[in-house]
Amino acid sequence: MSTKGIMAGPAGPEDGGDGGGSVLNLSSLSLSFGGLRALSELDLRVGDGEIVSLIGPNGAGKTTVFNVITGVYEPSAGDVVFAGKSIAGLAPHSIARMGVARTFQSLRLFLNMSVMENVLAATYGKTKAMPLESVLRLPRARREEREARELAADVLSFFGQRLAGYRWDQPAYSLSYANRRRLEIARALATQPRLLLLDEPAAGMNPAETHEITELIARLCTERDLAIVVIEHDMHVVASCSNRVVALDHGVKIAEGGFDHVANHPAVVEAYLGRDPEALSDAG
Amino acid sequence: MSKAPQVGADEWVARETHRREYLPSWLGHAQRLAEQIGWWPRLLAAGLAAAALPLLGLGGFLLQVGIDALVDALLAVGLNIMVGWTGLLDLGYVAFFGCGAYGFALVSSGQVGPNGIHLPSYLSIPLVMLATAALGLLVGLPSRRLVGDYLAIVTLFFGEAFFEFTNNVAPATLGGPNGIVGIDPISIFGHQITTNAGYYLLLVVVLVLTMAVLRLLEFSRTGRAWRAVREDPLAAGSMTVAVDRVKLMAFASGAAVAALAGTIFAAQQISVFPTDFDTPYLILIYAGLILGGAGSIAGAATGALVVMVIYDGLLRSPTDSGYLFYGLILLTLLAKLRPWRRLGLVLAATVALGFAVHAIAAAISPRAVAGSPGSTGWIASALHDWVIVPANATVAGNYGFVALVCLLIALVQVGPRWRTILLPPTLYLAAFVWETRLSVEPAITRQLMIGAILIVMMIARPQGLLGQRRVEAIT
Repeated sequence: MSTKGIMAGPAGPEDGGDGGGSVLNLSSLSLSFGGLRALSELDLRVGDGEIVSLIGPNGAGKTTVFNVITGVYEPSAGDVVFAGKSIAGLAPHSIARMGVARTFQSLRLFLNMSVMENVLAATYGKTKAMPLESVLRLPRARREEREARELAADVLSFFGQRLAGYRWDQPAYSLSYANRRRLEIARALATQPRLLLLDEPAAGMNPAETHEITELIARLCTERDLAIVVIEHDMHVVASCSNRVVALDHGVKIAEGGFDHVANHPAVVEAYLGRDPEALSDAG
Repeated sequence: MSKAPQVGADEWVARETHRREYLPSWLGHAQRLAEQIGWWPRLLAAGLAAAALPLLGLGGFLLQVGIDALVDALLAVGLNIMVGWTGLLDLGYVAFFGCGAYGFALVSSGQVGPNGIHLPSYLSIPLVMLATAALGLLVGLPSRRLVGDYLAIVTLFFGEAFFEFTNNVAPATLGGPNGIVGIDPISIFGHQITTNAGYYLLLVVVLVLTMAVLRLLEFSRTGRAWRAVREDPLAAGSMTVAVDRVKLMAFASGAAVAALAGTIFAAQQISVFPTDFDTPYLILIYAGLILGGAGSIAGAATGALVVMVIYDGLLRSPTDSGYLFYGLILLTLLAKLRPWRRLGLVLAATVALGFAVHAIAAAISPRAVAGSPGSTGWIASALHDWVIVPANATVAGNYGFVALVCLLIALVQVGPRWRTILLPPTLYLAAFVWETRLSVEPAITRQLMIGAILIVMMIARPQGLLGQRRVEAIT
């Protein structure tokens, strides 16, 4: 486990040992595509109710971390421990059912389904009715359907007027870009997660919408009792919502800690802006 | 909601339905009224109307067309589960139909064993459906890894393998090319169905019930998972949908529906042959599904009915196929040629061109107009002095066909002015080829016609008759 510069978040480890207070624990996680090393020896811990931001230049491996956590890729080495259980190598849907939900950087909504159906589809793992039960409208199918709709209405109402009732029956493709991002979050919430992975939630949003999404992330954390990992390029969002910031470059963790610490860290500055010319001349 | 739509709040999008344009006058009212009728009343009305057709004198050949069309519709709604909802391009689907038919034939005839097996229908039909669903699971296994084109190729091999299997393997049991004959009729509540009218009614009831069941499934947990997998398998998996399981369920369900169609088909035909389940029939099922609108239950059924009635009914008789041919050309011209002046010009030029060509040809050689048109009835007499049919119609028709194809290619390449100029000779040549060649070769012509209808459909309404237009994600 990494020890340097962890800013003690509001929810620190409650019992020491193997990190029972942490929701997610990545230990020396590595991933290679052929000869290309996408992630190497990555350690990351996310505590209960904590918001961790993942930053780094393009191609640093941020989305790859999400893909490994959610089971899209199987790690070459290392382990992913979620809520005390190793989830490395499990199928994406099994991991999602355990309580890991995500959104996608390049939106991946079910475009030709209605807004409501997008959210309802995410309740699949929490429901059990077999096709025959649904056709015959047996009690369990009816109850599950009612509960799923209540849950969907609940997560959609989280966005206030943005995804209000009149929009529920419209196809998802009719939504604006910002609303599609909101719907992705609503869909992820409908899986009733403990850990939410947000991949650039503010991308393509105007300043007002970005501000709104920043507040929303904080509300998700407190009201829904979620641990959240955010990949974000907008430093205002990163600065105002995260308890802790982790910077990646070329699949390696280069800095970790509070926002000010990471933002001023020489390795981070170098990763984003290149090496200081004076330092170069010193070296030469 | 009484305020004006706020553009900023996306209400403008929200009220899309209020801004829909309707046809003028009473047609618009009729449109609005029709839209208010729900899905279930429509299904009931369509089912009752179909069931009433034999009472109105549908019989003989037309009744057989109706039976073929209903079997095809049942197959199309089953195929829709895989292709329309789950997005699995299954090109071996017709083999499930074959399995149903052969399975029913084996357990309801004297084919197996000294005395044969004669299971009662209430046992044999569910048994065959279950067995075929299990086979569907097996065939669906590769779908866990293969998607799109790759799955299409693998399933196409399965379909072909089924054909070869029934044709060559175990001829004592499966009958080889001679198939299985002497299949028991289906009996319901002790009542044996032996007439075509009986099978027609049975098919109407079974189709309506299947559509009802599928409708209930479509908006259930399972149906949503199927469509989510079609839209984006990766996202579906990340949203707790067990993608592999859901795909297998789609395969099993589709196979079961196909098997159901197969059992009724076998019982009605009293016999099954390998050629009943060949690739051309698969293409017909797909044609129906695509024409009607993949993804829509009502669309799949309607499309299949339309394709089969055209293919099996209208295009078999030269007179009816003539109506269809000239009717489609006229309709397309009416719908697409604007302004009206241009339409009138083209039609007048075509008529004039025909009489001129006919007169000149008759003056040069009487042999050039010695043949008689392939059409019969009033179309033939109307065209008698217009379209030339030479004595050696077959050879002339062949050359005409090649020339027609060249003209059609030219027609889509040139600009609007040349298109107007080229249209009359093209239309005339089309009539010439129809009368000399196409109308006397229904077996080939009907395939060409289905292809032409699909092309027109793709241009005019790509989502199909009753389908919803879909957007593709750009990633």
